[in-house]
Amino acid sequence: MGKSATSRTILLLAPLLLFLGLAYVVPFLGVVRWSVTMPEPGLGQYRAVLTDPLVQSVFIRTLRICLIVTAAVLVMAYAIAYVWVRGTSTQRMLAEFCILVPFWISVLTRAFGWLALLSNRGLINTWLQAAGIISEPLALARNEFGVIVGMTHFLIPFAVFPIASAMRAIDERVLLAARGMGASRSRIFWSVFVPLTYGGLIGAALIVFVFALGFFVTPAILGGGRSVMVAELVYLRIFQSPDWGLGAAISVVLVLFIGILLALMRRFIKPAHLVG
Amino acid sequence: MQSSRPGPVLLIIATAVALFLLMPLLAVVPVSFTPQRFLSMPTGTLSLRHYQALIDNPAWGQSVLLSLRIGILSSAIATVLATLFGLGIWMFQPRFSALLIGFVLLPLIVPPVVSAMTLYFLMTTLSAFNSYIGYDTWIGVALAHAVMITPFAVVLILVALFQVDRRIDLAARGLGANLTTRAFRIIIPNIKFGIATAALLSFVLSWEEIGVTLFITSVNAITLPRLMWMGLRDNIDPAIAAISVLLIIVTAVILALRIFIERRGTSETK
Repeated sequence: MGKSATSRTILLLAPLLLFLGLAYVVPFLGVVRWSVTMPEPGLGQYRAVLTDPLVQSVFIRTLRICLIVTAAVLVMAYAIAYVWVRGTSTQRMLAEFCILVPFWISVLTRAFGWLALLSNRGLINTWLQAAGIISEPLALARNEFGVIVGMTHFLIPFAVFPIASAMRAIDERVLLAARGMGASRSRIFWSVFVPLTYGGLIGAALIVFVFALGFFVTPAILGGGRSVMVAELVYLRIFQSPDWGLGAAISVVLVLFIGILLALMRRFIKPAHLVG
Repeated sequence: MQSSRPGPVLLIIATAVALFLLMPLLAVVPVSFTPQRFLSMPTGTLSLRHYQALIDNPAWGQSVLLSLRIGILSSAIATVLATLFGLGIWMFQPRFSALLIGFVLLPLIVPPVVSAMTLYFLMTTLSAFNSYIGYDTWIGVALAHAVMITPFAVVLILVALFQVDRRIDLAARGLGANLTTRAFRIIIPNIKFGIATAALLSFVLSWEEIGVTLFITSVNAITLPRLMWMGLRDNIDPAIAAISVLLIIVTAVILALRIFIERRGTSETK
């Protein structure tokens, strides 16, 4: 019995494990090989990642954008998650709609929507000019500001799910107890409610930060090539100035960095939070 | 609980966030009716020329058909693999379950650009051996999408499985049902809405996939997002606005369908 159960388990698990092994893990090893063989064998590309001023500046910009985006996303997600979890039933429904509809709309459509709002002939500049508030269009897109806005928009739903789940897990009686002991509404919120959601906040921050690091579609469109982030740099190194070795080395460094980050913080990540 | 309802300050912030979330989707609508050939707000007259362009230019229709085909194949692969895997985890609770689940979620956690590179390596390698599955082929794209969307399908199916009452499976086992009967007659009927949701959402994810697709296609396998990308990079083609409006409508319908499936799912298990 024990033996046949094992073989049956393997029979069910094997197809997916084999598929991902052959189509994902083995090719990733190929990328690792590229990083140490192109253009010549050795660790030269890793030295370039650590010392090349261009790569460095891209890494620093990426880190800065990711931190700003993570902070903005957490504040915005917290507010809407609170309404989604604790609002009246109408408020809850509206919040859910505003969270889920953008979540399921293609990243391209969303980036395009921001271009329609922020570009020189876009909605915001057209209105401000028509109202006589500005004479020259403001530079809102094709720069770092546009990238931050677009990424924040993309990542809010990913932060809402873990935060909302932490809020739902709060025991109502704790809040009642705080109230019974005479705490004011804002005291209950800041000293009791928010601390009880730290786990969800840390999980959300991790997901947002990790996703932001590896993101390249939104920055490529809203940055207009002027605000290159590390993922876009990989793309450019593969397709525009073929330097596969450097692209591969940056990829390996990214995976190592994120792997270490997630290994340290793994108790805050729950897979179910990733799909809403 | 009255005291913990959101207060006025929080409601104002949340409303601002909600507007922020919807704004870019709404902004696409007026732009799609511009009479100009460049991205602009229509002033005065409205025009349907960019919707007409979607019909006149056969590239749009071809890419829609290609994306449909790729979406259906990759969603089928992902759903079957994820269902088998989920059943294995749930029925036998093997040691190292958490590790195995972590492993299959890798494509979700690894930065998209790294996955794209990895699949680029796979497809160029496959192309060296055959001309059907590999770089810039539709089956190649479907396989690559399957890699990327399977983790989502796994999560959705595991969530559905963990809501199933283990005692019904134990009862079936006690009555002598074999593995196939338990899987097909007991467990799968109980998670059929989870499987349907997984298939639907896998399809949507493949339909929208751009990060990996950019790396593994060039001139033959032009999916819809790939075609949109080409119109977005340099001179923005307002036809993108027209297609975006249509996509937003389709997504809203699929979302409504999902909610409908889930409602039926919960009402039947009650």
